[in-house]
Amino acid sequence: MLEITPINARAWSRLGSRGVFGQAVLSIGESTPNLMVLSADLGNSSGLDRFKATYPDKFLNIGIAEQNMIGAAAGLAKEGFNVFATSFAPFISMRAAEQVRMNLGYMELNVKAVAIGSGIAMAFLGNSHYGLEDAAVMRSIPNITVVCPADCAEIVKTVQAAAQHTGPMYIRLTGAVNNPPVYTEDYAFQIGRAVRLREGTDLTFIANGTMVYESLEAAKLLQAQGISAAVVNMHTLKPLDTQAIDHALRTSGAIVTVEEHSVIGGLGAAVAEYTARLRQRPPHLILGLPDAFIAAADYRFMLEREGLAGAKIAATVTQFLAEG
Amino acid sequence: METPALHTMAHFMRTRIMDISHRCALSAHLGGGLSMVEILATLYGSVLRVRPQEPRWDDRDRFILSKGHGVLGYFAALLAAGFISEEVFATFQSNESDLIAHPVLNLDLGIESSNGSLGHGLSMGIGICLGAKKKGKDFRTFVMMGDGECNEGSVWEAVMSAAQLQLDNLTAIVDYNRLQSDGDSRKIIEFGDLAAKFRCFGWNVSEVDGHDLGQLLNAFAQTFALQAPHVIVAHTVKGKGISFMENNNEWHHKRLTKADYDLAIAELGAVHA
Repeated sequence: MLEITPINARAWSRLGSRGVFGQAVLSIGESTPNLMVLSADLGNSSGLDRFKATYPDKFLNIGIAEQNMIGAAAGLAKEGFNVFATSFAPFISMRAAEQVRMNLGYMELNVKAVAIGSGIAMAFLGNSHYGLEDAAVMRSIPNITVVCPADCAEIVKTVQAAAQHTGPMYIRLTGAVNNPPVYTEDYAFQIGRAVRLREGTDLTFIANGTMVYESLEAAKLLQAQGISAAVVNMHTLKPLDTQAIDHALRTSGAIVTVEEHSVIGGLGAAVAEYTARLRQRPPHLILGLPDAFIAAADYRFMLEREGLAGAKIAATVTQFLAEG
Repeated sequence: METPALHTMAHFMRTRIMDISHRCALSAHLGGGLSMVEILATLYGSVLRVRPQEPRWDDRDRFILSKGHGVLGYFAALLAAGFISEEVFATFQSNESDLIAHPVLNLDLGIESSNGSLGHGLSMGIGICLGAKKKGKDFRTFVMMGDGECNEGSVWEAVMSAAQLQLDNLTAIVDYNRLQSDGDSRKIIEFGDLAAKFRCFGWNVSEVDGHDLGQLLNAFAQTFALQAPHVIVAHTVKGKGISFMENNNEWHHKRLTKADYDLAIAELGAVHA
């Protein structure tokens, strides 16, 4: 069992999201009955080389054929296997979207589709490899649980929870190597239950993936300006923890959603869909990637440029509150 | 079941296809349902190891209707085999029915998989066959596709994969009726020698007249022999058995009027007599 400690958190950060995903899957290899892990020729890129070497009978590289991978994963799930199927975010969520829809959505087969390199972590590989729209596509398909872990520790927690969870999931991994850790000690993780990381009254950040850390950074900077910001880690995008949103609406004057995803159809949209019915509601600022294919660059450089680094988020929020 | 009994079963299926197509008073996929009747009669009457009284039997052979619009043949076979009652069968395409224009996963009715969108079934079959091997089970998996369906690229991903994985517990059947939604398949995607295509992808291939019960029984007897998947390329006639529907693509998806129904039933009666 992988333990969340300050030392491990630092080591995982250096290893990055994909490497830690591989370690997490390796750690459940023994304890998870009927586990099968499928890759569309990205086993090594998914950090699964050690899993493959340790459990050759539980791993299958099915070839560069994502549609076939999802269909075969579904057939295995139908026979009682607990299947993790991995590829880059757009290849699962869009190339094989209809296979996901028929098999995971319509038939509710027990497949965990794991999207590595989502958001813009693929940096210089460019938009062909980015996960800009994957959350929007996946969360619109009925029956699929969508989780976007905040950091490497939460990737471990998510993989462990997914192994215990019966039913289809889409797990969206953002972040690259040297992901800053949000968690350095163990905490209670439950699919569908958001985590309040910081209290505040002027606004509540609702974030997931890498933007949880950036929101915490923004909240600290805002604090110095006398603005009190709460932070909620909405790691599960679907089913949405509406109680956590209710709490935020009750206790703070504004909502700011932050996600490493297009501003269309992701976390911001999910929260807005929920709050739209309210007669009175606080203002809601949706921060994320623009509705555009952005110029590829260094990952950190792009987060800064697109206004998704902590200081940029803080500045945008300050301006937003001033406008009110 | 021997050939004469399968012949009776096929005739029963065609008659009941006409009954529910007329009864539902809606368009239905008649042509592609009728072209598969002998194949399905052979499977459900003789080949498949299934228990209609115990539809979730773990060791049952799996059948996946990848050409999901072929439900008329499929539901008629499930009726003939005893998976579906007359009462359930009669609800086809009515409100709240479990039997709509494409299969919806329902193991209690013997329906293994939800289909309708083409090019999904063979990949699922691969997963089932892998699962069977990993569990040490000797049940077999049959996936029924259309030739039009083989336009889908995902079919060929699965064809390559099944050969690579040496899935000798997998049999695909192609209902090769040479007509698809918009017309003559040869003018849309010409396969040339479809059997040769499968062969060069590493499959064992049988090529049969898909309405000849003896040839079908022989072909099914030859599957599962070698360390490779098997495909039966079954040459069929779309709309088979009803003269005005045969090779007439107007009947791909059409409503059966009372006059059409009476004609069809008269023909089937005459043939059987």
